[in-house]
Amino acid sequence: MYNFNYHCPTSLQEAESLYAQSEDPMFLAGGHTLLPTMKQRLNAPTDLIDLAGVSELTGISKDGDVLTIGAYTRHADVAASEIVQAAIPALAKLARGIGDAQVRNRGTLGGSVANNDPAADYPAALLGLGATVVTTKRTVSADEFFVDMFETVLAEGEIITAVTFPVAGDAAYVKFANPASRYATVGVFINRHDAGVRVAITGAASSVFRCDEYETALSSNFSEGALDGIKLATDNFNEDLHATVDYRANLCSVIAKRAIASMV
Amino acid sequence: MVAKNIGEPVLRKEDARFITGKGNYTDDINLRGQAHAFFVRAPVARAMITHLDCTAAEAADGVIAVLTGAQVAEDGLGSLPCGWMVLSKDGSEMKQPPHPPLAADRINYSGEPFAVVVADTLQQARDAAELVDVEFDELEAVVNVADAQSGPQIHPEVPGNTNYDWELGERDGTLEAIENAHHVTRLSLVNNRLIPNAIEPRAAIGDYNSGTDEITLYTTSQNPHLARLVLTAFVQLAPEHKLRIIAPDVGGGFGSKIFIYSEETVVAWAARRLDQPIKWTADRSESFLTDAHGRDHVSEAELAMDEDGKFLALRVKTLANMGAYLSTFSSAVPTYLYGTLLAGQYKTPNVYVEVQAVMTNTAPVDAYRGAGRPEATYLLERIVEVAAQEMNMDPAELRRKNFIQPEDFPYQTPVALEYDIGDYEASLDKALEMADYDGFPARRDASVAAGKLRGIGFSCYIEACGLAPSQVAGSLGAGVGLWESGEVRVNPTGSVTVMTGTHSHGQGHETTFAQLVASQLGISIDDVEVIHGDTGKMDFGMGTYGSRSLSVGGSALMKAADKIVAKGKKIAGHMMDAQADNIDFDDGEFKVRDSNLSKTFQEIAFAAYVPHDYPLEELEPGLTEKAFYDPGNFTYPAGTHICEVEIDPDTGVTSVVKFTAVDDFGTIINPMIVEGQVHGGIAQGIGQAMLEHGIYDAEGQLQTGSFMDYCMPRADDLPNFDVGMTTTVCTHNPVGAKGCGEAGAIGSPPAVINAITHALGVREITMPATPLNVWQTLQNATSADGRGE
Repeated sequence: MYNFNYHCPTSLQEAESLYAQSEDPMFLAGGHTLLPTMKQRLNAPTDLIDLAGVSELTGISKDGDVLTIGAYTRHADVAASEIVQAAIPALAKLARGIGDAQVRNRGTLGGSVANNDPAADYPAALLGLGATVVTTKRTVSADEFFVDMFETVLAEGEIITAVTFPVAGDAAYVKFANPASRYATVGVFINRHDAGVRVAITGAASSVFRCDEYETALSSNFSEGALDGIKLATDNFNEDLHATVDYRANLCSVIAKRAIASMV
Repeated sequence: MVAKNIGEPVLRKEDARFITGKGNYTDDINLRGQAHAFFVRAPVARAMITHLDCTAAEAADGVIAVLTGAQVAEDGLGSLPCGWMVLSKDGSEMKQPPHPPLAADRINYSGEPFAVVVADTLQQARDAAELVDVEFDELEAVVNVADAQSGPQIHPEVPGNTNYDWELGERDGTLEAIENAHHVTRLSLVNNRLIPNAIEPRAAIGDYNSGTDEITLYTTSQNPHLARLVLTAFVQLAPEHKLRIIAPDVGGGFGSKIFIYSEETVVAWAARRLDQPIKWTADRSESFLTDAHGRDHVSEAELAMDEDGKFLALRVKTLANMGAYLSTFSSAVPTYLYGTLLAGQYKTPNVYVEVQAVMTNTAPVDAYRGAGRPEATYLLERIVEVAAQEMNMDPAELRRKNFIQPEDFPYQTPVALEYDIGDYEASLDKALEMADYDGFPARRDASVAAGKLRGIGFSCYIEACGLAPSQVAGSLGAGVGLWESGEVRVNPTGSVTVMTGTHSHGQGHETTFAQLVASQLGISIDDVEVIHGDTGKMDFGMGTYGSRSLSVGGSALMKAADKIVAKGKKIAGHMMDAQADNIDFDDGEFKVRDSNLSKTFQEIAFAAYVPHDYPLEELEPGLTEKAFYDPGNFTYPAGTHICEVEIDPDTGVTSVVKFTAVDDFGTIINPMIVEGQVHGGIAQGIGQAMLEHGIYDAEGQLQTGSFMDYCMPRADDLPNFDVGMTTTVCTHNPVGAKGCGEAGAIGSPPAVINAITHALGVREITMPATPLNVWQTLQNATSADGRGE
């Protein structure tokens, strides 16, 4: 690591103000992406603004059919929350499968969403559920929020404060984990409700995406068989040591079917 | 006499400090006034260094010095040597390139150090390292072992990038048998490169005493005396008696901490040059890049059989990757620790093996748990399984029919080694029963009904360890002998301090050796303290690797303890007015035969140091003895591993649903420790077979440089292991032990791959059999068949 100034504000206003005054600042949430890159000297913020003490960023609540989770909520807390388990059990289950226990005790919803790692789990849930990202400046639908690998619409200094999820229908998340990193080689989040079906896939491409082919097929026939013979467009698919494009395409189908199987 | 403690699963004494955070590892040690070293490493795999200017770095905050290859050469430090000469077929000596501790004018692998920054703090050293002004003229890198001989020549001293072209066995007989055989099975195999990743990274602290002109080097070594010998006699760091090496608690080695590395050499040298204690600890990235890697062979094999499946001949050709330099043991691993095991458990009359060692622009490759024997076992047990398929015979029965039988021992193999004793059918039968081999077809049907594939695979392995008979080793080109030293020092109050030249970095010697000595002296194991790892404290010893510590080091201790008992009898005889040869020693008591007279061990110990009633005219006071033991032969642990897998054809995910290991390790001192060794070895073997792979890209950059990409086995990757034992006591060492540290990693990989190929219905699959690999293999197999899933 390089030297940096460390701040621990207790309010959003203080956090934003510190950000504006610093030379090259970064916000710190769980740190499980940021700190390793700083240790490898790939990132050198002059100031690290720790959001752990910012009270406006916490809390899990349900109001009618809207579930709100504060951005600074640890994965372990989402997984353990009775509110989440009752409202959207697939979301609690997804949180329970992130990383390992140590990661889940530190990592946050807001951090994961802001980072948009192409193999992260939460973006699939947000996109799959049609969630809304609430920031210090605006609200953005998940459909618009995720742009590309490690890229979102967030502007400089903009902080995610919460994510709201519509509670509607039935959902499932199945992930095929990379044997080494345990990140999602492919993760499929399916949400079926009265208005239709949403299928969000993470891990396969440069960013989480909604799979039009599967959504169309499942809207008229919500069954595993509905996916047979569908050849996905794979131009955007990742290829690395652990998975070829063909293998990922295969996994999309296999994992999506497993998600469907758990819902019927 | 019933040997107390032998065979008891005594809880390990050393664990008290290890599991409560009170271990004393090299990084825990802090010397007053110490500075910190940070190595500047090449980001390219092959290049000439065209420009190097350290001025800005030297001027940075807190920097004491920046040292480069030029200063190393200036101070007359030699190459890091390879200690094992191998001769080629034409009798010529192996080609060895110089290996400077810090690269001077050229870089040969990515991560190679060419400068070191010494500063007050590590942070300052890291910051200064970024100011080192260096330019490289990049050259085309040679990366894959298969392409090494046709690539650009890396070292002027090594034409064709080939260190040697070695052979062993009977060429003509083998070729003739193959030509005339009823059936020949042919197989190409790759033994995948592995990265050791001991939990403790390497570390070193150099400390110079200008008053006595002595260097003390704390380092994570498996063999401190050997390191001292190499650093003094070969690297010319200091006179031997002016270098003390201390290897305190070490957190795992698996071979990677045997070798003499740049960093410890440089830290020791720089401490004297700067008259300043200097500390260095690797981070995990450095460990990935620069700890000696393991395996990395490409082979062709042919197994000839008659119509009954009797093995007539085995022919092997292997290319072994040495990496960018010849590491300390490296040349011996694919030759004397490999070719000599190709008879396996079988009576194959003709074996001929040719091995070429080649250099590439990758990290040096050297011994890693099993060192040559996993490579041999993988080749042999894979080709035997494929042969069984081709001959339409059960793989267990094909093996059984070719086993060396108990009445054949001592058995002279066609590849130099003479096995002393074994009973291979006993372990096979026990494994078949424990694995419920007969029940496999029903289990397979159940898997298939659930949409899964299921397979079962065998490995009947043998290995040669207990390194090593010195004269044999010498005649094969070893630069050192491989005996071991042991000292039993009895204290006046009857407790015992044991000094051993072996080193424990996870093996539990403090417990096992205490059990051994306590049992022999009839005292409590709480009264025995085992000390190792400090050249300033104990006699020269060869360290720990090659599963040698109990069979060689334990034997030395037994001989020393024998001398203690012999002297004790003389003392007791004097005290009880009897002849020494009329004294029996049993259960801690010296008894006059046919009488009630006896003295305890404690009484004799005290008498030796307070010699008032003592035969001073004939016997010196004191009760302390040492012994050096040179083994008469290697030892030959052997056994059967049976692996059963279930595969999800949709994803390629393979689960090891059952793993059975039946091993013959001879006499067992502590069955709990032995079982732990077997578990660890199997975990590493399954790791090789299914998960781990060190991969470089075409430019020689390590792609698997962290745990994000290098898949270490974790608990949830593994089933519970079913471990059993059969025993044939080693005939040629007093302990009767064969050693157990590496067998798990040696026997398991072929059992796993054989199970997977069986499940998939294919002939071959490469290691590691990752989900991607399994899925692709299945795709290729079904498309080749013309039948889809």
